[in-house]
Amino acid sequence: MNKVFKYSLVMVLALTMVLTGCGNNSKNNAANNTSDNGAATNNSGGAGNSGDKASNIKIGLVTDVGGVNDKSFNESAWEALEALNAEQGIQHQYLQSTTSADYIPNLNEFVQGGFDLTWGIGFDLGDAVKQVADANPNAKLAIIDAVVEAANVESVTFAENEGSFLVGVVAGLTTKTNKIGFIGGMESPVIKRFEVGFKAGIEAVNPDAKLTITYAGAYDKPDVGKSLASQLFDDGADIIFPAAGQTGNGVFNEATARNAAGGANKLWVIGVDKDQSIEFGDEVTLTSMVKRVDVAVKNVSQQVIDGTFKGGQVTNLTLKDDGVGLPETSKANVSQEILDKVEEFKQKIINGEITVPAE
Amino acid sequence: MNKLRKIFTLDSLVVPLVAIVLGLIVGALVMLLGNYNPIEAYSALIKRVVGSPYHMGETIRQVTPLIFTGLAVAFAFRSGMFNIGADGQVLIGMTTATAVSLSLDGVHALVSVPLAVIAGGFAGGCWAAIAGFLKAKRGINEVITTIMLNWVALYFSNYIIRHFFLLKGQNRSEDIQASASMTFLSSIFDNARVHWGTVIALIAAAFFYIYLWKTKQGYEMRAVGFNQHAAEYAGMNVGRNVIKAMFISGVFAGLAGTFEVLGVFHFQSVFAASPGYGFDGIAVALLGMNHPIGVVFAAILYGGLTYGSAGMSFAAGVPPELIKIIIGSIIFFIAAQGIVRFILKPFYLKRKKEKVL
Repeated sequence: MNKVFKYSLVMVLALTMVLTGCGNNSKNNAANNTSDNGAATNNSGGAGNSGDKASNIKIGLVTDVGGVNDKSFNESAWEALEALNAEQGIQHQYLQSTTSADYIPNLNEFVQGGFDLTWGIGFDLGDAVKQVADANPNAKLAIIDAVVEAANVESVTFAENEGSFLVGVVAGLTTKTNKIGFIGGMESPVIKRFEVGFKAGIEAVNPDAKLTITYAGAYDKPDVGKSLASQLFDDGADIIFPAAGQTGNGVFNEATARNAAGGANKLWVIGVDKDQSIEFGDEVTLTSMVKRVDVAVKNVSQQVIDGTFKGGQVTNLTLKDDGVGLPETSKANVSQEILDKVEEFKQKIINGEITVPAE
Repeated sequence: MNKLRKIFTLDSLVVPLVAIVLGLIVGALVMLLGNYNPIEAYSALIKRVVGSPYHMGETIRQVTPLIFTGLAVAFAFRSGMFNIGADGQVLIGMTTATAVSLSLDGVHALVSVPLAVIAGGFAGGCWAAIAGFLKAKRGINEVITTIMLNWVALYFSNYIIRHFFLLKGQNRSEDIQASASMTFLSSIFDNARVHWGTVIALIAAAFFYIYLWKTKQGYEMRAVGFNQHAAEYAGMNVGRNVIKAMFISGVFAGLAGTFEVLGVFHFQSVFAASPGYGFDGIAVALLGMNHPIGVVFAAILYGGLTYGSAGMSFAAGVPPELIKIIIGSIIFFIAAQGIVRFILKPFYLKRKKEKVL
């Protein structure tokens, strides 16, 4: 009996490893094939419209543990490089990190491989980028969501609190039950900006609304997102704002399922990072807090292509720069009246009449 | 010498090697299916592992925790237990080492470093001993308790780091003092994060062998592992052996975490999910046939494949997930030894015939 049990455990383990490998692989093949195609057009010289200069530029990108298909900021960063490849024929490549121990070797692979620019995507890569930049003063690096103080690193951060304030305004004016939920990924300064901005936005227009704040503790657990959403909806909330990467997908699923079953209240979810109404549909996506990671990656990469890269700068993309904000598709579900109110607050934030808290 | 030969019987050496080759062949077939060149990919993998001093150093860095967790799982297994909780024990070791190092800030490294190492190992051992205690006293299956303790360890560690040692505005602890770092020889390896933990991992493997096969206590543990009831009938204290075996197993795992902090990162992150060394350790222990020497080689293979996979995706465009198929296939073939023997059978038969002739 004992032996049978042990053997079956071993078999289950082996099978899991084989099967997980298979599952992820098919997805990744697709991504890799597209990048191969991109490289192929590049080599044939058909796509390069800015001459030889851009096609000599090599840009590398290191993802955080979310991977390049995360439907969130890693993916948007990679899409920006794909676009640059299609438009100007730059060479581009990515390395996925499976654990945080991979960050430094992956960055080094690009830096020592003579890449003209190496991107680190995500707050977690801050320390790794700093170390690699200090060890290789001639290399050019850039990072999203963290500030690295080094002369050869360009840092890009976003004013998530300002964008979240605006979706908070929408939520505060839309809610029927006066109960709203927020689901964060992990407690970190970045997610905190989402949380406090959202809270301030709701309070500005609807002081009676009650905001419940929870954290899923992970960015890659849709099942946890779904169960947290279920609790919040049971508690009477009718709008949830998940700022939790893939975990948020579960929130969308729960809301869609409940709407289909026909509850007393129409339930809404607010998308994050990208315009998620494209992925999950207008029936459930109230609006999205869009963070233009793609624009940031494109701009800094363009500086390297044009030879104007300075380094050592910190760019904070705010509402003013259109670095954060609501997508055009919000019209579908948000009334003009509310959108006018959003516009009003947006101007006030840009003018400095309102300062949105960040922590 | 004779004993050594007994361990390395032809069979125990040939089966893993053939399994590895079969695994690599399956990997090559999958690559061909996905339109990748397997020869290019495998040479990229080897180049990444041994191509430059930096990469060699980083491979050693990747291998070290796997030796520890592999030993942890193998040790428990020899004593008849399945320690799935090595991951949690790694985290507890990590957190304790971080806490001790940061609390002893300013104390001379000759004092603080050994203290941190001992505390990290001890804490990992105690964490595992909880599961051992529950098994010995209440008969609760250690597979269930260790797996549950993994989650407790994850959130407990995050709590400790977040509330006591958080670096302001970051998602990690403060840096431990530079002198407490156990990095060594890193100038030879082009600044790769090589550390003393590797040496201690090899010492641990030697300890594993001597303790289990050369001491009375080790004999008792193995007896308990073979047959608890027989061991009890022979007058051995099964419960005490179970707790002790889990404790030693946990010490190995705890040390893995300790050296990740002291040698590699010099700080501890708040983890979203456990780092996974413990689960890789199960695979390493299986690959190494639960023998310390086998575990060391299996860790080198597993760590090399893991680290080299980035080279495959970098130079040959092969997705890193594919390497998991290869590792999975190797484990599959080792677990399903019957398949390997079935393939080897014609060769064995042939040889026997020759002998007869």
